[in-house]
Amino acid sequence: MSGAAGEAGRTLAMGQDEAVGSGRSSVEAPFGRALTKLGKARSDIVGLTADLGKYTDILPFRDAFPDRFFNVGMAEQNLVAVAAGLARTGKTPFATTYGVFATRRAYDFVAMALAHSGLDVKIVAGLPGLTTGYGGTHQAIEDLALMRMIPGLTIIDPCDATEIEAATEAIAEHRGPVYMRLLRGAVPVVLEPGYRFEIGKARLLRDGTDVGIVSTGFMTERALDAADTLRKQGVSVGVLHVPTIKPFDADAVAEFAAGVRHVVTAENHVVVGGLASLVVEALFDRGIARNVTRIGLPDRYIECGAVPTLQAKYGLTTEAMIQTITGSGTAP
Amino acid sequence: MLRNSPPGDADIGSLRRRATRLRRHMLTMAQGQGQGYIGQGLGIADVLAALYFHELRYDPHNLAWRDRDRFLLSTGHYSIALWAALAEAGIIPVEELATYGADNSRLEMSTLDTTPGVEMIGGSLGHGLGQGIGQALGLRLDGSEARVFVELSDGEMQEGSTWEAAMSASHFHLDGLVALIDCNGIQADGPVVLDMEPVADKWRAFGWETSEIDGNDMVAVVGALVDARARNGKPKAIVLRTLPGKGVPRVETSEKSHFFRVDVAQWDGIIAEFENSVGANQ
Repeated sequence: MSGAAGEAGRTLAMGQDEAVGSGRSSVEAPFGRALTKLGKARSDIVGLTADLGKYTDILPFRDAFPDRFFNVGMAEQNLVAVAAGLARTGKTPFATTYGVFATRRAYDFVAMALAHSGLDVKIVAGLPGLTTGYGGTHQAIEDLALMRMIPGLTIIDPCDATEIEAATEAIAEHRGPVYMRLLRGAVPVVLEPGYRFEIGKARLLRDGTDVGIVSTGFMTERALDAADTLRKQGVSVGVLHVPTIKPFDADAVAEFAAGVRHVVTAENHVVVGGLASLVVEALFDRGIARNVTRIGLPDRYIECGAVPTLQAKYGLTTEAMIQTITGSGTAP
Repeated sequence: MLRNSPPGDADIGSLRRRATRLRRHMLTMAQGQGQGYIGQGLGIADVLAALYFHELRYDPHNLAWRDRDRFLLSTGHYSIALWAALAEAGIIPVEELATYGADNSRLEMSTLDTTPGVEMIGGSLGHGLGQGIGQALGLRLDGSEARVFVELSDGEMQEGSTWEAAMSASHFHLDGLVALIDCNGIQADGPVVLDMEPVADKWRAFGWETSEIDGNDMVAVVGALVDARARNGKPKAIVLRTLPGKGVPRVETSEKSHFFRVDVAQWDGIIAEFENSVGANQ
């Protein structure tokens, strides 16, 4: 569906978009590495794409296993249907496209061909949220909310290269359909070497008592940096990383929220229907009353522009997060 | 039935009698609820008889046999016909047919894959061909000679996903894939609402080896299926011209309704008419 997405000639690296990176080390194409490694260990792993192999880091798998890779061309509904058929013959298909197309265009197929039957297809979705400046057609700003509504679908929004590699293995082991957002190119390493990924489990990365940031995806990187900066200003900020959107670790979120005075949610996604809504639901269901400040995208399509500019404008950068937290009266 | 090589010559008379039995099962089902997709089921009865009792390699006692031929009913609301075939094949009990469409029945008016013998969830149309392609790719990766048959309807040709799939099937040279396109001339809003002729030419243009036959003529059906066995690098499309309600005069001549519903009192008359016409034609 897209051409070069305005990025021809530039490395396809979210982290390389100037001010967006934080100076951390990075790993090149962690998903492609992880899938290729899996492919060597397991002959049932197959890869597919809908004309976005180059832009979703799956070409290393294609090069290693050409017979187990299928490019169905610019046809996302067929991508999902074909993956479903492969799964029914005992394969474990990883199918890549952009999040916008996997969710909007192929929704009926994800729901009815995959999830209704609980098939072992893993949809890996590039350009999550605001990781492209190519405008509303390519910015998957509502994918988590849409996919939340599909029963039996596991949804992952990984934070960094470490988590992408770990999650790729974990979802291959998992029995059932998965929707995983993808960070591509040179992906930062944020999580500590000892970090353990487990589907459905939130991870407490920082303890805090004043403010608790519940974050997912690359926003956890920003949350950690914001927390560390605010700590120096005397504000005690905790960070709970929630890479699995579905099934949601509501207990961990509730326990975390109970230990802080103010909750902040942070997602690379609209503030309606995704992480923020899940957190609010979890707290309300358990009778935990906290003010919740939602950091994320507004309920409208985002314009075209440079990613760093857009992320700053819409509050997704570390600096913007710090301003939101200190400006909203959440910090003492 | 279970076979290791292409079947021998078809016994046309026997297959015609099978088709009659399938029709009888469908009438039983439709009578149970007083309604159902009986028109579509009756129209496809001859093809299903030829598939399940001559062409398909499968084992009714081992539905998970890896090298079974797959039959995907993309037009999920033709389930009435599939249940008849599965009952006749001994995969589901004949007594269960009376529960068609009833509460808690596994014989739904649209297929669920939790019912034995069902290879895909039907209902949302335009899903079957792509899934058939996936199965064919998987089977080929495993070196299996098993084939994949996908039934889809003329109405489903209006879904874009059908053509995404059609394009990819010939691209991947899936010569073990057979599409059975049931052109019965009806869809939800009445006679086919979008002009789609020439149907066969469209499939040929997408790289399919295509034939076009009277889908209610058992000799033609069996012949087309024989021709479709060729593993020559091209997927096969059989365009079936069928008559909805075929074999039951009152359904054949009714207003071409997509969903057939009559009073309980009328069913006995319909069934009697059917049995009379069967007796006359045997």
